Amino acid sequence: MNTTWKDRLLLSALRLSAAISGVIIVLIAGLLVYESLPALRAVGLGFLTDSSWHPAAQAEEGAFNLLPMVAGTLALTLGAMLLAGPLGLLSAIFCQTYAPLWLAGLYRRVIELMAGVPSVVYGLWGLMVLAPIILKWQAPGVSLLAGILILALMVLPTMALLSDAALAKVPLEYKRGAMALGMSRARTLWCVSVPAARSGIITGFILATGRALGETMAVLMVTGNVVQYPSSLFDPIRALTSNIALEMAYAMNDHRSALFVSGLMLTLVVSILIGLAEFITKGRTHA
Amino acid sequence: MKRFKLSALVIISIMSAGLLSACNQSTADTSADNDSSAVTGKLVLAGSSTVAPLAQEIGQRFEQEHPNVRVDVQTGGSSRGISDARSGLADIGMASRALKEDERDLTAHTIALDGICVILHADNPVESLSDDQVRAIYRGQLTNWNEVGGQDAPITVVNKAEGRSTLELFLHYYGMESTEVEASVVIGDNEQGIKTVSTNPASIGYVSIGAAEFAAEDGVSIKLLPMDGVAPTTQNVRNGSFPLSRPLNLITQGDVDGLSRTFIDYAQSSEVNDLITGLYFVPTQ
Repeated sequence: MNTTWKDRLLLSALRLSAAISGVIIVLIAGLLVYESLPALRAVGLGFLTDSSWHPAAQAEEGAFNLLPMVAGTLALTLGAMLLAGPLGLLSAIFCQTYAPLWLAGLYRRVIELMAGVPSVVYGLWGLMVLAPIILKWQAPGVSLLAGILILALMVLPTMALLSDAALAKVPLEYKRGAMALGMSRARTLWCVSVPAARSGIITGFILATGRALGETMAVLMVTGNVVQYPSSLFDPIRALTSNIALEMAYAMNDHRSALFVSGLMLTLVVSILIGLAEFITKGRTHA
Repeated sequence: MKRFKLSALVIISIMSAGLLSACNQSTADTSADNDSSAVTGKLVLAGSSTVAPLAQEIGQRFEQEHPNVRVDVQTGGSSRGISDARSGLADIGMASRALKEDERDLTAHTIALDGICVILHADNPVESLSDDQVRAIYRGQLTNWNEVGGQDAPITVVNKAEGRSTLELFLHYYGMESTEVEASVVIGDNEQGIKTVSTNPASIGYVSIGAAEFAAEDGVSIKLLPMDGVAPTTQNVRNGSFPLSRPLNLITQGDVDGLSRTFIDYAQSSEVNDLITGLYFVPTQ
């Protein structure tokens, strides 16, 4: 009797919290669309067809092509995930299977520490240390490559920790069963543990991808921010996020609105990627 | 378990209550915003996005000293500052330039000066560049330092992001369009510009003189280039001899009294010098 009453109260409290979080997201999306409208009306397809990105307060005077920045964001994310994905998974496997207990514990602490370092610190390090190293190789140093390396470093902890947790949850019976069948350690790992943990590993990958797509400060500091399609790893590029951070402070009228369109574009890119991930892993994530 | 549930419940309800009251509060705030323009003790400033951050900070300190006053700063460019001051939409307009001939009906009160200078890495042997050379470098016509007496190294051109007032002033001085600039790196604030140039020996950039001077004194490896033979110092910006500079003005309709006067006097006093230098502008006295 008493419990049902409390349950109901808890239920409504939970519903309220869920509703609030949901409504906030909807409000943010709504605001993005609302603020984008003036530029969408004035520029329209120009966001895809204009000759370059040279925004102006009056839409007629500027050029607003966002596609080079979409390409920049995608190239950065792809590069970072190509590095961080395998590295994260391998470091999780190392922690779970091969490392002695004390080393695994220490290693986990270090990775957790990595996750806690603010992005502006990574950015500063990238600008002061990494970019000059790349510069010795090829000018101007701040480049797609620097962005990829910094981003990979930043999303590695997400990938590593979530894969680690997923691998830790694989039931011991599975491994014992595999051993009883005479499978080697490596074979047990690749044919039993990793497949059993794939749900968590894929979640880690998606979360890390999301973080890479949305990262702003560090990317802004190390990628050079020139609006162009990257033709090599050493080219400076601009991501959609940096575009907003760079120009928002002084943007007016249609220029300001165009920056909201770049936010909208980013939201679109993220949604498409998450949709794709859902589609690809459909029915397989919750084995 | 039961106790845990209860306390969780309490926490959740407190959190939701907090959220709700926060919502209420913010709506109350905005409604006050809308109808309080008639209330005495409110000052509306509008205009230049260069002056706005400074006006905002001065306004905040002014509010602390006069708790019954509210200072509302809106941005929209120098031209809006002029037109809003003229039409009376704003009590005080903000403009990051001197008044033009046809604007002499208004009064400008200079609160600070802004100057920018070209910077190179400290190891770069080039000691000065003519206006034409700077123009050619930024247009991508001059791409190697050996063409202007430096070492054989491709020039890394550091440009400011679109919309920044430093970019505007720079382009205006050199008579260029932003579409002409062939940049190798685009940066946001002065600090990032200084870091970028100080870590790349073959780069050229431009930043606020205040910021560059501070960094150079601090041992950062950058070099400030003179312009037309005038050394790039805040001193020379203040006495008006440095060419690449401009005044930051508060604009009013003729001479004003009352609250606007008090605010302008305050903004022109040495009490706000730390705010001015904090934003890398140059105080007038």
